[in-house]
Amino acid sequence: MPTLTINGIEVQVEKGTTVLEAARFLGIPIPTLCHDDGLVPYGACRLCLVEVSNGRKQTLQASCCLPAEDGLKVLTHSARVERARRLLVEMYVAVCPSSKRIQDMASAMGVRQVRYQAKHETCIQCGLCVRTCEQQMMAGAIGFSGRGLNRSVSRPFDMTSELCRQCGACLYVCPVCESRCQGPQAESTLCNGCLNISTVCFQSYDNAMCFLEPCHACEIGGPFRADVQVKPRSKDFTRIGEK
Amino acid sequence: MPQVEMEKVEPLLEQFEDQRINLIPILQEVQDTYRYLPQEVLKRISRKLRVPLTEVYQVATFYRCFSLVPRGKHVVQVCLGTACHVRGAPRVLDRMLRDLKLAGPGTTPDLQFTVETVRCIGCCGLAPVARVDNANTHPHLTQAKVGGLLKKYQEKAEAPKAAKPDEASHAKA
Repeated sequence: MPTLTINGIEVQVEKGTTVLEAARFLGIPIPTLCHDDGLVPYGACRLCLVEVSNGRKQTLQASCCLPAEDGLKVLTHSARVERARRLLVEMYVAVCPSSKRIQDMASAMGVRQVRYQAKHETCIQCGLCVRTCEQQMMAGAIGFSGRGLNRSVSRPFDMTSELCRQCGACLYVCPVCESRCQGPQAESTLCNGCLNISTVCFQSYDNAMCFLEPCHACEIGGPFRADVQVKPRSKDFTRIGEK
Repeated sequence: MPQVEMEKVEPLLEQFEDQRINLIPILQEVQDTYRYLPQEVLKRISRKLRVPLTEVYQVATFYRCFSLVPRGKHVVQVCLGTACHVRGAPRVLDRMLRDLKLAGPGTTPDLQFTVETVRCIGCCGLAPVARVDNANTHPHLTQAKVGGLLKKYQEKAEAPKAAKPDEASHAKA
C-alpha cells in the first residue's frame, strides 16, 4: 500500500492506483480530455499533468499514467502546472474551436484569449472512441491510421466495417462532438465566458424560462453581468471580456 | 487493382507462429512478395493472427516501408536531407520525375519504378544520393547521371523483352 502526498494531504492507496485516481479519491479535480474510468490510460491529452517530486527534482508528469508510489509528493494545482495546462488548453481551443467541452475547460482555467490561429479540426486524437470501441464494446471497428500529421481515426480501407454495430459509443465519449452554445459572439468568445458578458436572450425574454441547455457557466454563475461587454482586440485574437 | 494471388499467402503464413508479435515480419514478407499489401491478404492475416483488422491497418499505414497500393519493381529513394538538398537533390528529383513522366513522387503506370523522397539516409558525404531497392546507393548524383541510373535498372527489369526505345532515348536526352 503506497502512501503518497497530494497537495500536502497524505493518502494511502492500493497498489496499481494511478496518481489521477488517488487525487480524484481525495476530491481534487484534475481536468482531462482523454481519460475514462473504464478504459486503459492513454496519456494523450496531457491536461492531467501534475508536478511530481521524488526527493530531488520536480517534474511535470501526466497523472493518468503515473502509478502511485511510496513517498511521492504531488502538486496538482501549482503555478507551474496551471501555466502548462492553460497553454495546452489554449492550443486545444485553437485546434477545435467548436467543442463545448474544451471551451468550458478553457474558461474554467481562466484562459482569456487564444493566441493561435483556429484550425477547425474535427478530432483531437484523444483515442477515446478507438479505446471505447475496442475495450468496452469489444468491436475494434475503428482505429488510427497514418502517422504524424496524417494520423486520423478511420475504419480499415475506409469501408463500413462488419464489426461495427452502430452502437454510437464512439460519439458518446467524444469530447469534440458537442458543439459550443451559439450565444452572442460565438466566434470571438470562449464558451462559458458568458460569466463575464451580458446575454441578449436574458433581456428580451424578461421572465420567460430559458429552455436551452444551460452551459457550465450558467449553472454556476447565476445571473448574468450586464456591465461587462466584450471588445475583441483584433481579428487574430480571440478575446473574452475582462473586468 | 490487379487480381490478388491468394495462394502465395498460405505458405508464407506457415513460416510464422500465430502470434501478434509476428505481425510486422509477416507484413514485411507480404510486402516483398506482392510489392504491396493487398486488402484481401491483410484480412487473412487479421483472421489468422487474431489481431483486429484495425490494428493491422494501423500498422500497415504507419510504416513507410508498407504500401497499400502496388509499388514498382524498383523503388528509387531520392534523399532530400539537408546535405543532399543544398547539393542539388531537388534538381535530381525533378529530372528523375521528368524522365519517368511522373507528376510527383509515385509509381510509373508500367509498375517498373517507384520514386520516393526520403529524409536522410545517413551518407551525407556522398550527397546528393539516391538508393535503389533499399540496397544500391548511388552517390554524387547529377541531372546527367539520372538517365544512366534509370537505364541500368530498366534494362535489368526488361531483360527478356526489348527495352522500350522511346523511354531510353528520352532518358539520354
